[in-house]
Amino acid sequence: MMRIDCPHCGPRAQAEFAYERTLDSIVTLDMAEDEAVARLYARANPRGFDDELWRHGFGCRQWLVLHRHRQTHEIASVAAFDPAIHS
Amino acid sequence: MTRYSALALLKAGLTGQRGWDRAWRDPEPTTHYDVIVIGGGGHGLATAYYLAKVHGIRNVAVLEKGWIGGGNTGRNTTIVRSNYRQKPLHDLFDFALGLWEGMSDELNYNVMFSPRGALFLGHSDSDMTVLAQRGDALRCDGIDAELLTRDQVRKLVPLLDMSPDARFPVHGGLIQRRGGTARHDAVAWGYARAADSLGVDIIQNCEVTGIVQSGGRVTGVETSRGKIGAGRVGICVAGNSGPVAALAGITLPIEAQTLQAFVTEQVKPMIDTVIMSQSLHCYISQSDKGGIVLGGDPDQFPSYAQRGLPPRIERAAAEAIALVPALSRLRMARCWAGTTDMSFDGSPIISALPVGGLYLNGGWCYGGFKATPGSGFVYAHLLATGAAHRLAAPFALDRFAEARPSTKRGSARCRSCADDADRLPPLRSARASRVRL
Repeated sequence: MMRIDCPHCGPRAQAEFAYERTLDSIVTLDMAEDEAVARLYARANPRGFDDELWRHGFGCRQWLVLHRHRQTHEIASVAAFDPAIHS
Repeated sequence: MTRYSALALLKAGLTGQRGWDRAWRDPEPTTHYDVIVIGGGGHGLATAYYLAKVHGIRNVAVLEKGWIGGGNTGRNTTIVRSNYRQKPLHDLFDFALGLWEGMSDELNYNVMFSPRGALFLGHSDSDMTVLAQRGDALRCDGIDAELLTRDQVRKLVPLLDMSPDARFPVHGGLIQRRGGTARHDAVAWGYARAADSLGVDIIQNCEVTGIVQSGGRVTGVETSRGKIGAGRVGICVAGNSGPVAALAGITLPIEAQTLQAFVTEQVKPMIDTVIMSQSLHCYISQSDKGGIVLGGDPDQFPSYAQRGLPPRIERAAAEAIALVPALSRLRMARCWAGTTDMSFDGSPIISALPVGGLYLNGGWCYGGFKATPGSGFVYAHLLATGAAHRLAAPFALDRFAEARPSTKRGSARCRSCADDADRLPPLRSARASRVRL
Protein backbone atom coordinates (compact mmCIF):
# COMPACT_ATOMS: atom_id res chain seq x y z
CA MET A 1 0.00 0.00 0.00
CA MET A 2 1.15 3.49 -0.75
CA ARG A 3 0.80 6.47 1.51
CA ILE A 4 -0.17 9.53 -0.45
CA ASP A 5 0.67 12.94 0.94
CA CYS A 6 -2.44 14.91 0.02
CA PRO A 7 -1.63 18.62 -0.21
CA HIS A 8 -4.99 19.38 1.41
CA CYS A 9 -5.35 16.62 4.02
CA GLY A 10 -1.81 15.41 4.75
CA PRO A 11 -0.53 11.84 4.51
CA ARG A 12 -3.35 9.34 4.01
CA ALA A 13 -3.65 5.67 3.14
CA GLN A 14 -3.91 4.88 -0.53
CA ALA A 15 -7.29 3.23 0.04
CA GLU A 16 -8.81 6.72 0.27
CA PHE A 17 -7.71 7.56 -3.27
CA ALA A 18 -8.76 6.45 -6.72
CA TYR A 19 -6.61 6.45 -9.81
CA GLU A 20 -8.26 8.23 -12.70
CA ARG A 21 -5.89 8.38 -15.69
CA THR A 22 -2.56 9.69 -16.83
CA LEU A 23 -2.16 13.43 -16.93
CA ASP A 24 -1.42 13.36 -20.66
CA SER A 25 -4.75 11.72 -21.43
CA ILE A 26 -6.94 14.58 -20.30
CA VAL A 27 -9.22 15.63 -23.13
CA THR A 28 -10.33 19.23 -23.21
CA LEU A 29 -13.54 20.50 -24.77
CA ASP A 30 -11.82 22.40 -27.56
CA MET A 31 -9.61 19.54 -28.66
CA ALA A 32 -9.63 18.35 -32.28
CA GLU A 33 -11.07 14.86 -32.72
CA ASP A 34 -7.83 13.26 -33.86
CA GLU A 35 -6.00 14.56 -30.86
CA ALA A 36 -8.85 13.63 -28.54
CA VAL A 37 -8.82 10.03 -29.81
CA ALA A 38 -5.04 9.83 -29.50
CA ARG A 39 -5.19 11.16 -25.97
CA LEU A 40 -7.95 8.76 -25.01
CA TYR A 41 -6.26 5.64 -26.30
CA ALA A 42 -2.50 6.07 -26.51
CA ARG A 43 -0.57 5.48 -23.31
CA ALA A 44 3.16 5.76 -22.78
CA ASN A 45 2.64 3.12 -20.06
CA PRO A 46 6.27 3.42 -18.90
CA ARG A 47 8.02 1.04 -16.60
CA GLY A 48 9.09 4.08 -14.58
CA PHE A 49 7.77 7.48 -13.54
CA ASP A 50 4.61 8.92 -15.01
CA ASP A 51 2.30 11.80 -14.14
CA GLU A 52 -1.06 10.55 -12.97
CA LEU A 53 -4.36 12.08 -12.04
CA TRP A 54 -5.78 10.71 -8.78
CA ARG A 55 -8.83 11.71 -6.76
CA HIS A 56 -8.97 11.85 -2.99
CA GLY A 57 -12.46 10.34 -2.93
CA PHE A 58 -12.61 9.54 0.77
CA GLY A 59 -10.98 12.82 1.85
CA CYS A 60 -11.09 16.28 0.35
CA ARG A 61 -12.48 14.84 -2.94
CA GLN A 62 -10.01 16.98 -4.87
CA TRP A 63 -8.06 16.00 -7.98
CA LEU A 64 -4.35 15.48 -7.45
CA VAL A 65 -1.36 15.03 -9.75
CA LEU A 66 1.04 12.30 -8.66
CA HIS A 67 4.49 11.80 -10.12
CA ARG A 68 4.75 8.10 -9.34
CA HIS A 69 7.10 5.25 -10.24
CA ARG A 70 5.16 2.30 -11.54
CA GLN A 71 7.55 -0.37 -10.45
CA THR A 72 8.76 0.87 -7.06
CA HIS A 73 5.59 2.89 -6.24
CA GLU A 74 7.83 5.76 -5.16
CA ILE A 75 5.81 8.97 -5.19
CA ALA A 76 8.16 11.80 -6.06
CA SER A 77 5.57 14.56 -5.79
CA VAL A 78 1.89 15.22 -5.14
CA ALA A 79 0.35 18.46 -6.29
CA ALA A 80 -3.15 19.86 -6.34
CA PHE A 81 -4.58 19.70 -9.85
CA ASP A 82 -4.58 23.09 -11.49
CA PRO A 83 -6.30 23.32 -14.89
CA ALA A 84 -4.16 26.31 -15.80
CA ILE A 85 -0.98 24.26 -15.41
CA HIS A 86 -2.04 20.69 -16.00
CA SER A 87 -4.32 20.71 -19.04
CA MET B 1 14.18 -36.78 -28.60
CA THR B 2 12.65 -39.55 -26.53
CA ARG B 3 8.93 -39.72 -26.88
CA TYR B 4 7.20 -39.68 -23.52
CA SER B 5 5.04 -42.75 -22.94
CA ALA B 6 4.18 -45.24 -20.22
CA LEU B 7 6.54 -47.71 -21.86
CA ALA B 8 9.42 -45.20 -21.97
CA LEU B 9 8.79 -44.40 -18.30
CA LEU B 10 8.82 -48.10 -17.45
CA LYS B 11 12.02 -48.72 -19.39
CA ALA B 12 13.77 -45.73 -17.81
CA GLY B 13 12.59 -47.04 -14.45
CA LEU B 14 14.83 -50.06 -14.91
CA THR B 15 17.84 -47.73 -15.01
CA GLY B 16 16.80 -45.37 -12.21
CA GLN B 17 15.11 -42.81 -14.50
CA ARG B 18 18.49 -41.66 -15.78
CA GLY B 19 19.23 -41.05 -19.42
CA TRP B 20 16.29 -38.83 -20.31
CA ASP B 21 17.11 -36.22 -22.94
CA ARG B 22 16.81 -32.61 -21.88
CA ALA B 23 13.40 -31.31 -22.85
CA TRP B 24 14.76 -28.46 -25.00
CA ARG B 25 18.19 -27.28 -26.09
CA ASP B 26 19.92 -24.17 -24.76
CA PRO B 27 21.26 -22.75 -28.03
CA GLU B 28 23.35 -19.66 -28.63
CA PRO B 29 21.44 -17.20 -30.81
CA THR B 30 22.44 -17.25 -34.47
CA THR B 31 22.79 -14.05 -36.48
CA HIS B 32 19.47 -14.17 -38.30
CA TYR B 33 16.05 -15.76 -37.98
CA ASP B 34 13.06 -15.71 -40.31
CA VAL B 35 10.87 -14.89 -37.33
CA ILE B 36 11.75 -13.74 -33.84
CA VAL B 37 9.10 -14.03 -31.15
CA ILE B 38 9.79 -11.74 -28.20
CA GLY B 39 8.52 -13.36 -25.03
CA GLY B 40 8.83 -16.97 -23.91
CA GLY B 41 5.52 -17.33 -22.15
CA GLY B 42 2.84 -19.79 -23.16
CA HIS B 43 1.61 -17.54 -25.98
CA GLY B 44 5.08 -16.94 -27.45
CA LEU B 45 6.08 -20.60 -27.25
CA ALA B 46 2.77 -21.70 -28.74
CA THR B 47 3.27 -19.17 -31.54
CA ALA B 48 6.70 -20.61 -32.32
CA TYR B 49 5.32 -24.15 -32.23
CA TYR B 50 2.52 -23.39 -34.69
CA LEU B 51 4.89 -21.43 -36.94
CA ALA B 52 6.99 -24.56 -37.26
CA LYS B 53 4.18 -27.09 -37.22
CA VAL B 54 1.47 -25.46 -39.30
CA HIS B 55 3.45 -23.07 -41.51
CA GLY B 56 6.75 -24.94 -41.83
CA ILE B 57 8.74 -21.91 -40.67
CA ARG B 58 11.43 -23.45 -38.50
CA ASN B 59 14.14 -20.80 -38.50
CA VAL B 60 12.47 -19.20 -35.50
CA ALA B 61 13.78 -17.91 -32.18
CA VAL B 62 11.85 -17.25 -28.99
CA LEU B 63 13.67 -14.63 -26.91
CA GLU B 64 12.89 -14.61 -23.19
CA LYS B 65 14.43 -12.11 -20.81
CA GLY B 66 14.07 -14.44 -17.81
CA TRP B 67 13.05 -18.07 -17.87
CA ILE B 68 10.23 -19.47 -19.97
CA GLY B 69 6.80 -19.38 -18.37
CA GLY B 70 8.08 -17.16 -15.57
CA GLY B 71 5.69 -14.28 -16.23
CA ASN B 72 1.94 -14.40 -16.36
CA THR B 73 1.96 -18.00 -17.62
CA GLY B 74 3.11 -19.00 -14.15
CA ARG B 75 1.03 -16.46 -12.22
CA ASN B 76 -2.58 -17.05 -13.21
CA THR B 77 -5.31 -19.18 -11.64
CA THR B 78 -5.06 -21.77 -14.47
CA ILE B 79 -8.76 -21.54 -15.37
CA VAL B 80 -9.65 -22.54 -18.92
CA ARG B 81 -13.08 -21.81 -20.42
CA SER B 82 -14.60 -20.21 -23.49
CA ASN B 83 -17.94 -18.87 -22.25
CA TYR B 84 -17.47 -15.20 -23.08
CA ARG B 85 -20.57 -13.22 -23.91
CA GLN B 86 -19.31 -11.44 -27.05
CA LYS B 87 -19.01 -13.40 -30.27
CA PRO B 88 -15.49 -12.37 -31.37
CA LEU B 89 -14.21 -13.37 -27.94
CA HIS B 90 -16.03 -16.66 -27.54
CA ASP B 91 -15.17 -17.68 -31.09
CA LEU B 92 -11.47 -17.23 -30.35
CA PHE B 93 -11.61 -18.75 -26.87
CA ASP B 94 -13.67 -21.72 -28.01
CA PHE B 95 -11.18 -22.42 -30.77
CA ALA B 96 -8.54 -22.34 -28.03
CA LEU B 97 -10.60 -24.69 -25.86
CA GLY B 98 -10.69 -27.19 -28.71
CA LEU B 99 -6.89 -27.08 -28.82
CA TRP B 100 -6.72 -27.47 -25.02
CA GLU B 101 -8.71 -30.69 -25.32
CA GLY B 102 -6.10 -32.28 -27.55
CA MET B 103 -3.03 -30.50 -26.21
CA SER B 104 -1.42 -33.27 -24.19
CA ASP B 105 -1.56 -35.65 -27.15
CA GLU B 106 -0.52 -32.98 -29.64
CA LEU B 107 2.54 -31.98 -27.62
CA ASN B 108 3.32 -35.42 -26.16
CA TYR B 109 3.41 -33.63 -22.83
CA ASN B 110 0.92 -33.98 -20.00
CA VAL B 111 -0.50 -30.51 -19.42
CA MET B 112 -3.00 -31.99 -16.96
CA PHE B 113 -5.94 -30.33 -18.66
CA SER B 114 -8.86 -31.16 -16.41
CA PRO B 115 -12.29 -30.29 -17.83
CA ARG B 116 -13.95 -30.36 -14.45
CA GLY B 117 -16.58 -27.75 -15.29
CA ALA B 118 -16.43 -23.98 -14.89
CA LEU B 119 -19.38 -22.68 -12.89
CA PHE B 120 -20.54 -19.08 -12.66
CA LEU B 121 -22.68 -18.40 -9.61
CA GLY B 122 -25.75 -16.20 -9.76
CA HIS B 123 -26.52 -14.31 -6.57
CA SER B 124 -29.72 -12.53 -7.54
CA ASP B 125 -32.56 -12.58 -10.07
CA SER B 126 -30.70 -10.11 -12.23
CA ASP B 127 -27.53 -12.22 -12.07
CA MET B 128 -29.58 -15.17 -13.29
CA THR B 129 -31.03 -13.10 -16.14
CA VAL B 130 -27.53 -12.10 -17.22
CA LEU B 131 -26.32 -15.69 -16.99
CA ALA B 132 -29.31 -16.93 -19.00
CA GLN B 133 -28.63 -14.35 -21.70
CA ARG B 134 -24.99 -15.31 -21.80
CA GLY B 135 -25.87 -19.00 -21.98
CA ASP B 136 -28.28 -18.37 -24.86
CA ALA B 137 -25.67 -16.39 -26.77
CA LEU B 138 -23.14 -19.19 -26.30
CA ARG B 139 -25.53 -21.97 -27.30
CA CYS B 140 -26.45 -20.06 -30.47
CA ASP B 141 -22.79 -20.44 -31.43
CA GLY B 142 -22.61 -24.08 -30.42
CA ILE B 143 -20.71 -23.52 -27.18
CA ASP B 144 -21.85 -25.57 -24.23
CA ALA B 145 -23.60 -23.65 -21.49
CA GLU B 146 -26.10 -25.02 -19.03
CA LEU B 147 -28.20 -22.96 -16.67
CA LEU B 148 -28.39 -24.60 -13.26
CA THR B 149 -31.01 -24.19 -10.57
CA ARG B 150 -30.09 -23.54 -6.97
CA ASP B 151 -30.59 -27.22 -6.16
CA GLN B 152 -28.39 -28.34 -9.04
CA VAL B 153 -25.63 -26.00 -7.84
CA ARG B 154 -26.03 -27.34 -4.31
CA LYS B 155 -25.58 -30.92 -5.56
CA LEU B 156 -22.54 -29.93 -7.62
CA VAL B 157 -20.80 -27.95 -4.87
CA PRO B 158 -22.17 -29.12 -1.54
CA LEU B 159 -19.74 -26.95 0.41
CA LEU B 160 -21.31 -23.69 -0.78
CA ASP B 161 -23.08 -21.69 1.90
CA MET B 162 -26.75 -22.30 1.05
CA SER B 163 -28.11 -21.26 4.43
CA PRO B 164 -30.91 -18.65 4.60
CA ASP B 165 -28.53 -16.05 6.03
CA ALA B 166 -25.71 -16.67 3.54
CA ARG B 167 -23.74 -13.50 2.85
CA PHE B 168 -23.98 -14.16 -0.89
CA PRO B 169 -27.16 -16.16 -1.58
CA VAL B 170 -26.88 -18.59 -4.48
CA HIS B 171 -29.84 -18.41 -6.87
CA GLY B 172 -28.35 -20.74 -9.45
CA GLY B 173 -25.52 -20.86 -11.90
CA LEU B 174 -24.28 -21.27 -15.44
CA ILE B 175 -21.82 -24.06 -16.10
CA GLN B 176 -19.53 -24.81 -19.01
CA ARG B 177 -18.75 -28.46 -18.47
CA ARG B 178 -15.88 -28.46 -20.98
CA GLY B 179 -14.12 -25.76 -18.95
CA GLY B 180 -11.67 -26.53 -16.19
CA THR B 181 -8.05 -26.07 -15.26
CA ALA B 182 -4.61 -27.01 -16.60
CA ARG B 183 -1.08 -27.18 -15.25
CA HIS B 184 0.25 -23.77 -16.25
CA ASP B 185 3.99 -24.54 -16.15
CA ALA B 186 3.46 -27.69 -18.19
CA VAL B 187 1.84 -25.63 -20.93
CA ALA B 188 5.00 -23.54 -21.33
CA TRP B 189 7.26 -26.57 -21.04
CA GLY B 190 5.17 -28.68 -23.40
CA TYR B 191 5.11 -26.03 -26.13
CA ALA B 192 8.83 -25.34 -25.58
CA ARG B 193 9.75 -28.99 -25.95
CA ALA B 194 7.54 -29.48 -29.00
CA ALA B 195 8.76 -26.27 -30.67
CA ASP B 196 12.38 -27.11 -29.92
CA SER B 197 12.00 -30.54 -31.46
CA LEU B 198 10.86 -28.83 -34.68
CA GLY B 199 14.00 -26.69 -34.74
CA VAL B 200 12.90 -23.54 -32.90
CA ASP B 201 15.63 -21.91 -30.81
CA ILE B 202 14.43 -21.05 -27.31
CA ILE B 203 16.83 -18.49 -25.91
CA GLN B 204 16.41 -17.64 -22.25
CA ASN B 205 18.12 -14.85 -20.29
CA CYS B 206 18.00 -12.78 -23.46
CA GLU B 207 16.32 -9.43 -22.99
CA VAL B 208 15.35 -7.39 -26.02
CA THR B 209 16.71 -3.88 -25.56
CA GLY B 210 16.05 -2.40 -28.98
CA ILE B 211 14.13 -2.99 -32.19
CA VAL B 212 16.29 -2.35 -35.24
CA GLN B 213 14.57 -0.70 -38.17
CA SER B 214 15.61 0.27 -41.64
CA GLY B 215 13.40 2.19 -44.03
CA GLY B 216 10.30 1.82 -41.89
CA ARG B 217 10.79 -1.92 -41.61
CA VAL B 218 12.07 -4.06 -38.80
CA THR B 219 15.36 -5.82 -39.52
CA GLY B 220 16.20 -7.30 -36.14
CA VAL B 221 16.49 -6.76 -32.44
CA GLU B 222 19.18 -5.62 -30.05
CA THR B 223 19.39 -7.94 -27.07
CA SER B 224 21.41 -8.42 -23.91
CA ARG B 225 23.17 -11.17 -25.91
CA GLY B 226 23.91 -9.11 -28.98
CA LYS B 227 22.17 -8.07 -32.14
CA ILE B 228 20.01 -10.63 -33.92
CA GLY B 229 18.59 -10.11 -37.41
CA ALA B 230 15.01 -11.05 -38.26
CA GLY B 231 12.64 -11.02 -41.17
CA ARG B 232 9.64 -10.53 -38.92
CA VAL B 233 9.37 -9.78 -35.22
CA GLY B 234 6.38 -10.68 -33.08
CA ILE B 235 5.98 -9.01 -29.71
CA CYS B 236 4.27 -11.43 -27.32
CA VAL B 237 4.96 -10.05 -23.87
CA ALA B 238 1.55 -9.26 -22.37
CA GLY B 239 2.17 -7.29 -19.19
CA ASN B 240 5.12 -5.55 -20.78
CA SER B 241 3.66 -4.65 -24.16
CA GLY B 242 4.00 -0.92 -23.45
CA PRO B 243 7.76 -0.84 -22.78
CA VAL B 244 8.56 -3.28 -25.63
CA ALA B 245 6.42 -1.44 -28.18
CA ALA B 246 8.07 1.78 -26.99
CA LEU B 247 11.38 0.35 -28.25
CA ALA B 248 9.90 0.81 -31.72
CA GLY B 249 8.46 4.22 -30.84
CA ILE B 250 4.88 2.93 -30.66
CA THR B 251 2.34 3.77 -27.97
CA LEU B 252 -0.51 1.35 -27.36
CA PRO B 253 -4.00 1.58 -25.88
CA ILE B 254 -2.79 -0.51 -22.98
CA GLU B 255 -2.07 0.12 -19.33
CA ALA B 256 -0.25 -2.35 -17.07
CA GLN B 257 -2.00 -3.36 -13.86
CA THR B 258 -1.36 -5.79 -11.07
CA LEU B 259 -3.57 -8.81 -10.50
CA GLN B 260 -3.04 -11.15 -7.59
CA ALA B 261 -3.73 -14.81 -6.94
CA PHE B 262 -3.48 -16.89 -3.81
CA VAL B 263 -3.20 -20.50 -2.76
CA THR B 264 -3.96 -22.18 0.56
CA GLU B 265 -2.19 -25.05 2.22
CA GLN B 266 -2.85 -28.43 0.62
CA VAL B 267 -5.86 -30.46 1.66
CA LYS B 268 -7.69 -33.53 0.43
CA PRO B 269 -10.06 -33.07 -2.52
CA MET B 270 -12.96 -30.84 -1.44
CA ILE B 271 -13.89 -28.78 -4.53
CA ASP B 272 -13.99 -30.56 -7.89
CA THR B 273 -15.39 -27.69 -9.97
CA VAL B 274 -14.13 -24.25 -10.84
CA ILE B 275 -16.35 -21.86 -8.88
CA MET B 276 -16.54 -18.30 -10.14
CA SER B 277 -18.61 -15.36 -9.13
CA GLN B 278 -18.41 -12.50 -11.55
CA SER B 279 -20.48 -10.30 -9.28
CA LEU B 280 -17.84 -10.68 -6.59
CA HIS B 281 -14.76 -11.27 -8.76
CA CYS B 282 -14.07 -14.39 -6.77
CA TYR B 283 -12.48 -17.47 -8.36
CA ILE B 284 -12.07 -20.74 -6.49
CA SER B 285 -10.61 -24.04 -7.64
CA GLN B 286 -8.53 -26.81 -6.15
CA SER B 287 -5.23 -27.73 -7.72
CA ASP B 288 -4.18 -31.33 -8.21
CA LYS B 289 -1.70 -30.84 -5.38
CA GLY B 290 -4.60 -29.94 -3.10
CA GLY B 291 -4.17 -26.21 -2.59
CA ILE B 292 -7.25 -24.06 -2.98
CA VAL B 293 -6.41 -21.48 -5.65
CA LEU B 294 -8.13 -18.10 -5.29
CA GLY B 295 -8.28 -15.16 -7.64
CA GLY B 296 -9.50 -11.68 -6.85
CA ASP B 297 -9.59 -8.10 -7.97
CA PRO B 298 -6.92 -6.13 -9.83
CA ASP B 299 -5.35 -3.16 -8.11
CA GLN B 300 -7.04 -0.61 -10.41
CA PHE B 301 -4.02 1.59 -11.01
CA PRO B 302 -0.99 1.18 -13.28
CA SER B 303 1.81 -0.93 -11.87
CA TYR B 304 4.66 -3.19 -12.91
CA ALA B 305 5.48 -4.14 -9.33
CA GLN B 306 4.35 -7.80 -9.58
CA ARG B 307 3.28 -7.32 -5.99
CA GLY B 308 -0.27 -6.37 -5.07
CA LEU B 309 -2.21 -4.56 -2.39
CA PRO B 310 -2.97 -6.31 0.92
CA PRO B 311 -6.66 -5.22 0.91
CA ARG B 312 -7.16 -7.30 -2.24
CA ILE B 313 -5.87 -10.37 -0.42
CA GLU B 314 -8.22 -9.73 2.48
CA ARG B 315 -11.16 -9.25 0.17
CA ALA B 316 -10.51 -12.37 -1.89
CA ALA B 317 -10.23 -14.43 1.28
CA ALA B 318 -13.38 -12.88 2.77
CA GLU B 319 -15.40 -13.59 -0.36
CA ALA B 320 -14.13 -17.14 -0.70
CA ILE B 321 -14.94 -17.86 2.95
CA ALA B 322 -18.40 -16.33 2.59
CA LEU B 323 -19.08 -18.60 -0.40
CA VAL B 324 -17.42 -21.74 1.01
CA PRO B 325 -17.31 -21.39 4.82
CA ALA B 326 -15.15 -24.53 5.19
CA LEU B 327 -12.26 -22.57 3.68
CA SER B 328 -12.01 -20.52 6.90
CA ARG B 329 -10.09 -23.40 8.44
CA LEU B 330 -7.30 -23.21 5.87
CA ARG B 331 -4.16 -21.15 6.04
CA MET B 332 -3.08 -19.07 3.08
CA ALA B 333 0.20 -20.50 1.84
CA ARG B 334 1.29 -18.04 -0.82
CA CYS B 335 0.16 -15.00 -2.71
CA TRP B 336 1.70 -13.58 -5.85
CA ALA B 337 0.92 -11.09 -8.57
CA GLY B 338 1.22 -10.77 -12.32
CA THR B 339 1.25 -7.70 -14.52
CA THR B 340 -1.76 -7.62 -16.82
CA ASP B 341 -1.95 -5.75 -20.12
CA MET B 342 -5.22 -3.86 -19.68
CA SER B 343 -6.55 -2.81 -23.08
CA PHE B 344 -9.20 -0.14 -23.15
CA ASP B 345 -11.98 -2.32 -24.48
CA GLY B 346 -11.17 -5.45 -22.50
CA SER B 347 -10.14 -7.39 -25.60
CA PRO B 348 -6.74 -8.53 -26.84
CA ILE B 349 -4.78 -6.87 -29.62
CA ILE B 350 -3.46 -9.30 -32.25
CA SER B 351 -2.27 -7.08 -35.00
CA ALA B 352 0.34 -5.71 -37.35
CA LEU B 353 1.99 -2.56 -36.02
CA PRO B 354 2.80 0.64 -37.93
CA VAL B 355 6.41 -0.60 -38.45
CA GLY B 356 6.73 -3.08 -41.33
CA GLY B 357 7.35 -6.65 -40.21
CA LEU B 358 6.54 -5.87 -36.58
CA TYR B 359 3.52 -7.46 -34.92
CA LEU B 360 1.84 -7.39 -31.53
CA ASN B 361 0.01 -9.99 -29.50
CA GLY B 362 -1.00 -8.45 -26.18
CA GLY B 363 -3.69 -6.62 -24.27
CA TRP B 364 -5.08 -9.85 -22.85
CA CYS B 365 -6.35 -8.16 -19.70
CA TYR B 366 -6.98 -10.91 -17.14
CA GLY B 367 -7.87 -13.57 -19.69
CA GLY B 368 -4.67 -14.66 -21.37
CA PHE B 369 -3.94 -18.10 -19.99
CA LYS B 370 -7.07 -19.79 -21.28
CA ALA B 371 -6.36 -18.38 -24.74
CA THR B 372 -2.80 -19.73 -24.92
CA PRO B 373 -3.13 -22.32 -27.71
CA GLY B 374 -5.61 -20.28 -29.76
CA SER B 375 -3.58 -17.13 -29.36
CA GLY B 376 -0.43 -18.91 -30.51
CA PHE B 377 -2.25 -20.45 -33.46
CA VAL B 378 -3.72 -17.21 -34.83
CA TYR B 379 -0.55 -15.23 -34.09
CA ALA B 380 1.55 -17.77 -35.98
CA HIS B 381 -0.85 -17.31 -38.89
CA LEU B 382 -0.34 -13.54 -38.75
CA LEU B 383 3.45 -13.83 -38.52
CA ALA B 384 3.65 -16.42 -41.29
CA THR B 385 1.26 -14.88 -43.80
CA GLY B 386 1.18 -11.22 -42.81
CA ALA B 387 -2.62 -11.42 -42.82
CA ALA B 388 -4.89 -11.79 -39.81
CA HIS B 389 -6.45 -15.18 -39.15
CA ARG B 390 -10.25 -15.05 -39.41
CA LEU B 391 -10.57 -15.36 -35.61
CA ALA B 392 -8.01 -12.62 -34.96
CA ALA B 393 -9.39 -10.10 -37.45
CA PRO B 394 -11.66 -8.36 -34.89
CA PHE B 395 -8.65 -7.68 -32.67
CA ALA B 396 -6.65 -5.37 -34.93
CA LEU B 397 -5.05 -2.32 -33.36
CA ASP B 398 -6.81 0.11 -35.69
CA ARG B 399 -10.19 -0.61 -34.10
CA PHE B 400 -9.55 2.12 -31.57
CA ALA B 401 -9.01 4.81 -34.17
CA GLU B 402 -11.96 3.53 -36.19
CA ALA B 403 -14.27 4.20 -33.27
CA ARG B 404 -13.75 7.85 -34.08
CA PRO B 405 -17.17 8.39 -35.70
CA SER B 406 -18.73 7.70 -32.35
CA THR B 407 -16.86 10.67 -30.94
CA LYS B 408 -19.05 12.91 -33.07
CA ARG B 409 -21.69 12.37 -30.46
CA GLY B 410 -19.28 13.86 -27.99
CA SER B 411 -18.20 10.68 -26.29
CA ALA B 412 -14.53 11.49 -26.76
CA ARG B 413 -15.21 14.33 -24.44
CA CYS B 414 -16.57 12.14 -21.75
CA ARG B 415 -14.46 12.21 -18.64
CA SER B 416 -13.76 8.54 -18.84
CA CYS B 417 -12.43 6.63 -21.80
CA ALA B 418 -14.70 3.81 -20.65
CA ASP B 419 -17.67 5.82 -21.89
CA ASP B 420 -16.05 6.06 -25.28
CA ALA B 421 -15.14 2.44 -25.58
CA ASP B 422 -18.75 1.50 -24.81
CA ARG B 423 -19.46 2.41 -28.41
CA LEU B 424 -16.94 0.07 -30.02
CA PRO B 425 -19.47 -2.16 -31.72
CA PRO B 426 -18.15 -5.73 -31.77
CA LEU B 427 -16.20 -5.81 -28.56
CA ARG B 428 -16.73 -5.84 -24.87
CA SER B 429 -17.04 -2.42 -23.33
CA ALA B 430 -14.31 -1.02 -21.18
CA ARG B 431 -16.86 -0.52 -18.47
CA ALA B 432 -17.65 -4.21 -18.53
CA SER B 433 -13.94 -5.00 -18.61
CA ARG B 434 -13.68 -3.80 -15.05
CA VAL B 435 -15.63 -6.95 -14.40
CA ARG B 436 -13.10 -9.72 -14.71
CA LEU B 437 -13.65 -12.00 -17.63
